[in-house]
Amino acid sequence: MLKVTNLHAGIAGREILRGIDLSIDAGQVHAIMGPNGSGKSTLARVLAGHPEYVVTAGEVVFDGQDLLSMDPESRARAGVFMAFQYPVEIPGVNNAYFLKAALNALRAHRGEEPLDAMDFMVLVRDRMKQLGMDETLLNRPVNEGFSGGEKKRNEIFQMAVLEPRLAILDETDSGLDIDALKVVANGVNAMRRPDRASLLVTHYQRLLDYVVPDVVHVLADGRIVRSGGKELALELEEKGYGWLPAYAEASARPANAPDARGRG
Amino acid sequence: MSTSTQTIEQLANREYKYGFITDVEQESVPRGLNEDVVRLISEKKQEPAWLLEWRLKAYRTWLTMKEPTWGNVTYGPIDYQDMIYYAAPKKRPALASLDEVDPEIRKTFEKLGIPLDEQKLLAGVAVDAVFDSVSVATTFKVKLKELGIIFCSFSEAVQNHPELVRKYLGTVVPYSDNFFATLNSAVFSDGSFAYIPKGVRCPMELSTYFRINAQNTGQFERTLIVAEEGAYVSYLEGCTAPMRDEHQLHAAVVELVALDNATIKYSTVQNWYPGDKEGKGGIYNFVTKRGSCLGVNSKITWTQVETGSAITWKYPGCVLIGDNSVGEFYSVATTNNRQQADTGTKMIHLGKNTKSTIVSKGISAGHGQNTYRGMVKIAKGARGARNYSQCDSLLIGDRCGAHTFPYLEIKNSTAKVEHEASTSKIGEDQIFYCRQRGLSAEDAVNMIVNGFCKEVFRQLPMEFAVEAQKLLGVSLEGSVG
Repeated sequence: MLKVTNLHAGIAGREILRGIDLSIDAGQVHAIMGPNGSGKSTLARVLAGHPEYVVTAGEVVFDGQDLLSMDPESRARAGVFMAFQYPVEIPGVNNAYFLKAALNALRAHRGEEPLDAMDFMVLVRDRMKQLGMDETLLNRPVNEGFSGGEKKRNEIFQMAVLEPRLAILDETDSGLDIDALKVVANGVNAMRRPDRASLLVTHYQRLLDYVVPDVVHVLADGRIVRSGGKELALELEEKGYGWLPAYAEASARPANAPDARGRG
Repeated sequence: MSTSTQTIEQLANREYKYGFITDVEQESVPRGLNEDVVRLISEKKQEPAWLLEWRLKAYRTWLTMKEPTWGNVTYGPIDYQDMIYYAAPKKRPALASLDEVDPEIRKTFEKLGIPLDEQKLLAGVAVDAVFDSVSVATTFKVKLKELGIIFCSFSEAVQNHPELVRKYLGTVVPYSDNFFATLNSAVFSDGSFAYIPKGVRCPMELSTYFRINAQNTGQFERTLIVAEEGAYVSYLEGCTAPMRDEHQLHAAVVELVALDNATIKYSTVQNWYPGDKEGKGGIYNFVTKRGSCLGVNSKITWTQVETGSAITWKYPGCVLIGDNSVGEFYSVATTNNRQQADTGTKMIHLGKNTKSTIVSKGISAGHGQNTYRGMVKIAKGARGARNYSQCDSLLIGDRCGAHTFPYLEIKNSTAKVEHEASTSKIGEDQIFYCRQRGLSAEDAVNMIVNGFCKEVFRQLPMEFAVEAQKLLGVSLEGSVG
C-alpha cells in the first residue's frame, strides 16, 4: 500500500530524513519508534504533505500513486489521514460542521453523494459511542479550549469518521492518561481491517501494550536503523536506544544532534 | 512562498464580479458645486422651500469646513468641483408595475441577482431599489400600507409625508455634523424613508439595494427610519457598484430614530468596487450613520459586513438618550489588496441604565489596512451605564495591517466599561490541518474566516448571512497560503 524509497527531506535547509526505506502492506500496523530528534514526526508530516518540509530525494508510492506530487488535500482525499501531535484550534468553527465538510470533501472525491445532516449525525453518534466519547465535543469549536487529552481523542474520532486507508498517528499517545490512551488504542484497533493500514509514531512502548504492531521500526538520525517484530518495542523499553550501534554512531555526529531535537 | 500563501493570493486576484456599466440615458446637472447647483437639485425634485433652505444652510456651512484628516487612511485629493452632483435616469414614468421599469435597468438588477419580483414577497422582503440616486421601483407598498408602514424613496416622502420628514430630518445627524454629512445635506439626491407606526411590528425585512452607476456621479443618499412607540423594524441594505477607473465619492447619511420601546435593526452588506490590485479605482465611502434611542427601552442594532470600497470611513453609532435603551454594533470589515478601512462605532450613553455592545471583527489580507476606531462616552447623568467592547483582528499574509483606536470617556463612576482586543493570524498550521482533512486551501480560509466572524453573522437575517459568507469568500479570494 505504501512504499517509501530512499526518502530525504528537511526543513529550512536542514536535512532531517536521510534515506528512509519503508514498506507497509494493507492490513498491517507499523510502529515507528526513536529518540527525540530522530525524525519520526518529520516522516509523518512529509507523508501528509506539510508545506514547510522539503523533499530532496527519494519517492513515496501510495496505492500506485506518486504521493509526493500530490497536494495535502489530494493525499487526504486519496485516503491518507494524519492524527496531529498538536491539533490546531479553529475558533468559531463548529466541530461537527468541520468534520462534515471534511467527510463530504472525501465523498465528493470518490464520486459519492454528500451526507446530509441527519445521516451524518447517525454516523457520528455511532462513532462517538464506539470510542466512548462525550457528545458535547461535537458542538464546540474545533479543538478550541480542549484539554490535551480531548484534542487527541478528537483526532481519533475524526479518524473513525473519515475512515482513511492509511492512518498516521503522530505521537498521539504522548501526554495521555490511561483512559485517553485506551480511546486511542480502540480507534486504531477498530481501523484494523484487511484493506487499511496504520503507522504509529511513538516515543514510548506504552501504546503498544494495547495495539500490537506487526512491525516495529527504530528511527535514528533520519534513518531506520532497525526493524523487527513487536518484541523489538519491548527490548527498546528495557534497554533504551543507546545500545543500538547505529544510534550511538549517529548521536556522536555533532552536526545534527542539537538542532534536530524537539522536532520529534 | 508557501502554497497556502499562493492560494490566498489567487483568491485575492479574483476579479470583481459585479463590474459592468448599464447604458441608460442620464439626466445630469452641470459639473461642480455652488448654490445654483443646490437650488437646481431642489428644484428638480420639486422640494418645499424649507428643505431648500436647509440644503443651503448646509452648503454654506460646508464651505467653512475642512475635510477631516484624522482617519487612518490615505488617498489623493478629492476635487469637489469636478463632480456631478445629481443624475437621474431620464425616463421616469409613474410606475404601476414592474413591467414598466426600463428594461436596461431590469437587466442590470438581474445581473446583480436582485430578484425584483414576487419571489421577494415569498422571501418576506420588500425592495426599494435605488438606481443612481432615484428610485425606479418600489414593491409591496400596498401590503405595508395596510399596516400603516411607510416605505418609499426619500423624495417621495418629501412629497407625500413632508411633516414627518421635517420633524425628523437632521435630528440625529444635524446638517452641520461633519464635512461629509454636511456635503450630503446640501446635495443629497435620494435614499429611503421608512416609518413604522405605533405598536406595529414590520412583518418583512425592508431592504434596499444601492448602486452607483452614472460616471463621475458621487452618490449622496439620505436615509431616515423612524420607529414609533413599540414598533419593530429590520432593515437591510446591500450594495454593489460597477467597475470604474476613477475614484467615486460616496457620502451617505443614515438617521434612525427609535421611540419608547421601539427596536430598529439595520444591517448592511457593502460590496462596492474596491479598486484593482494596485489600488486603482474603487469607491471612496465616507458615510455617517447614527441612531437615536430617543425613547425608554428602545434598541438600535447596527450590523455591517464591509467587504468593498477602496476606502471605508464609517462609524455607525447610537445616542442612548432614553433610560434603559440599548445600542449594539456588530461589524465585519475586510480589506484586501490596497483597500483601507477605518471603521467602528460611537456609543453615547446619556440615559440611565443604558447598555451598549460592540463586536468588531477586522480581517486584513494583501496590503489591506484595517482600523477599528470606536468611542464609548458615558455622560455624567448616565447612572448604571454599561458597555462591552470586543475588537478582534485577523491577519492573512504579512503585508497587511490591523490597528485599533478605542476612545473611552467616562464621566459617571457607576459605569461599567469592558474592552477586549485580540489580533491573530491565519496560521499555515490551521490551513494545513484543514487540508489534511481533505478541504481545499480556499475552503479552509473561508471556514476559518467565517468562524472568526460568527458572532457578527449570527446577527444578520438568515438569507443575508448566507450572502455575507459568500461575499467574504469572494473578497478574500487569493489571500491564503
